[in-house]
Amino acid sequence: MHSLYMVLIDPFVQMVSAPDLFLQTIWEGLVAGVLYALIALGFVLIFKASGVFNFAQGMMVVFAGLTLIAFQDLGVPAPLALILAVGVMYLMAVTIERTVLRPLVNQPDIILFMATFGITYILIGVGEMIFGGEPKDVNTKAFMLPQGSLEIPAFGGFVQLQKIDIAAAIIAALMIGALAFFFQKTRIGRALRAVADSHKAALSVGISLNQIWVIVWFAAGIVALVAGIMWGARSNVSFALQVVALKALPVLILGGFTSIPGAIIGGLIIGIGEKIGEFYWGPLMGGGIESWLAYLIALGFLLFRPQGLFGEKIIERI
Amino acid sequence: MKFRHFALGAAAAVLAGATTLTAVPVQAQDTIYVPLLTYRTGPFANSGIPIADGMHDYLRMLNERDGGIGGARIVVEECETGYDTKKGIECYESTKGKGPVVYNPYSTGITLQMIPKATADKIPVLSMAYGLSASAKGNIFPWIFNPPATYWDGASVFIRHVAEQSGGLDKLKGKKIGLIHLDAPFGKEPIALLEALGKKYGFELKLYPVAASDMQNQGSVWLNIRRDRPDWIYNQGWGAMNPTAVKEAAKNNFPMERLVGVWWAGGDDDARAGGDAAKGYKSLNFHAAGTNFPVIQDIQKHVVDKGLSKAPKEKVGENLYNRGVYNSMLIAEAVRTAQKITGKKAINSEDMRKGLEALDITPARLKEMGMDGFAAPVKLSCDDHNGHNKVYVAQWDGTKWVKGSEWMDPMKDDVMPLIDTAAADYAKSNNWPARSEACQKGS
Repeated sequence: MHSLYMVLIDPFVQMVSAPDLFLQTIWEGLVAGVLYALIALGFVLIFKASGVFNFAQGMMVVFAGLTLIAFQDLGVPAPLALILAVGVMYLMAVTIERTVLRPLVNQPDIILFMATFGITYILIGVGEMIFGGEPKDVNTKAFMLPQGSLEIPAFGGFVQLQKIDIAAAIIAALMIGALAFFFQKTRIGRALRAVADSHKAALSVGISLNQIWVIVWFAAGIVALVAGIMWGARSNVSFALQVVALKALPVLILGGFTSIPGAIIGGLIIGIGEKIGEFYWGPLMGGGIESWLAYLIALGFLLFRPQGLFGEKIIERI
Repeated sequence: MKFRHFALGAAAAVLAGATTLTAVPVQAQDTIYVPLLTYRTGPFANSGIPIADGMHDYLRMLNERDGGIGGARIVVEECETGYDTKKGIECYESTKGKGPVVYNPYSTGITLQMIPKATADKIPVLSMAYGLSASAKGNIFPWIFNPPATYWDGASVFIRHVAEQSGGLDKLKGKKIGLIHLDAPFGKEPIALLEALGKKYGFELKLYPVAASDMQNQGSVWLNIRRDRPDWIYNQGWGAMNPTAVKEAAKNNFPMERLVGVWWAGGDDDARAGGDAAKGYKSLNFHAAGTNFPVIQDIQKHVVDKGLSKAPKEKVGENLYNRGVYNSMLIAEAVRTAQKITGKKAINSEDMRKGLEALDITPARLKEMGMDGFAAPVKLSCDDHNGHNKVYVAQWDGTKWVKGSEWMDPMKDDVMPLIDTAAADYAKSNNWPARSEACQKGS
């Protein structure tokens, strides 16, 4: 009886008795969720255009962040370092398209998926060779990112908002909005959607598959760069960050692999869900449950919507 | 076609040549082969790199300055584990045929896997201040050594420090003490001791595990800490977990002087990450940081200045670099002792075990090695493979680690019975063979 009370009642009693902590938990989940959504967006872009799950997306976040920091360490001013890092991500997109995607065109998706494993390990090796294994701090001052925190009194307690988290949430939201606009409203966006629907049909109306692939990998590279900066500013940029980036997986399961709104809503549900779960139910299970709770939430949703929240419902006649 | 054959032949010749050039001699006369299991890559590289550099540079310095140890040159081979247990065991299997005198696994997970293997292969394992606490019992684990202190010793020194700061052991009653730890064998190791001390002294232990995948995503953990309001926190963290924990503590206004890391959570980069707010952060330690010791200056002169080190010059003397130096000093002193016992220059692994069991690093010897004030004396024996030596609390002053307390003895009365029980349990549950190796006279 006591156990049932602790699982079913006590967490809600805690939410009501300490609403400031509840709000704080929601805020932490929101910030994490927006960042997960941003990372998930990188996966969605590539999946939409090529049907490939890009396992290297997490490593691209690390690589992009470390590239930017390396330019700054060489004394390059922040705006120029940013432009150069974007340039490196463009070069990476072109290289991947030429050396990996183009030779593997028309191969089964699983081959392309395995190729992204290869890209991951090449990026790890090359990254460690160039940048070393130590974590690097993002120079937040150079990017005019705010420091410190705001303490907002609430319900007899307070909610602490880190200014860097507010900035991360705003920048990630703007980035997501811009990408959504780009891919929904522009010519290239329409071409991308055509490619996503059918490679053959897109080719027949003159859309260059190669060009589209470069564009989406480049866009995913920019998303990775922004995610690297924002997550790096919260802690630091290290090779451990690629594992955090894989938190986007349950977001994709939940939101659907092809939906930009799905990535956003999925990110928020996973972010907030795992923080609430860890905070209120984690102590009952010895803590540290958020690493698998995200998958539990995603799989729970799949029971009711196998295609994800916004994924396409595919009906095949057999 | 001819060109293709020529190119393939040339490539094969280059490859064969490269292999010959880099191959490590198999226990040639007057050489001592020491494989170093290190990690310069992966999520734990920030902690692994300075240690690997320190270990390598000390042994290299002995080769450059003294021509090796007792006339035998040391052949060092690094094997990259990435702090991955599987890779660590691969390193062990691929090097054990080359006549290693000792293994340094540098991971509790790898150590746990290596204990039965190395015991069967009769190769000593030096898990310096990590690994299985119970392996301190030499009468049960004749091939495993973990000086100068176990994780249980460390955790007990932390509790002693809390008691000193609070006005005595009786003041621990009613206190809330948190343990933020990596959710891995290494991180969980101090739990048993802290639970026992909690029962004895009346403090409440709160656990805050951090999964390896969430090392840089500790928001929820620190929310729990904010709710529970522990009086003190002990940080059993490693790799990318540490700088994030320090940053989060600073963000959450947790008093830094009440956040104490195990000795592995005392990297300069760990503390530096917290900026000005990290001032006051503490970490246990068993050696000094800095370059103001003749031994470090010799490394600078004979290795670093000659371009023989992988370490950037400014990193020499940092805390974890000196940790590597200390580790290699233990290896070298055990080799020296083994040479003295056996009268051989090129000792083997069985000789090395005898050297480790007879290890006695006195204050006079420390001074002779240029380590006066660098570390406390260490003495091992046939029964005691750890020494349970003194530890102190280091404190981050904003730019470097300084001494934050006197050297303190572990709470041996509490630690030793637990070690005895844990070692006996291990032996029972693993059908462990009784020790057959004879003890040296006087060890």
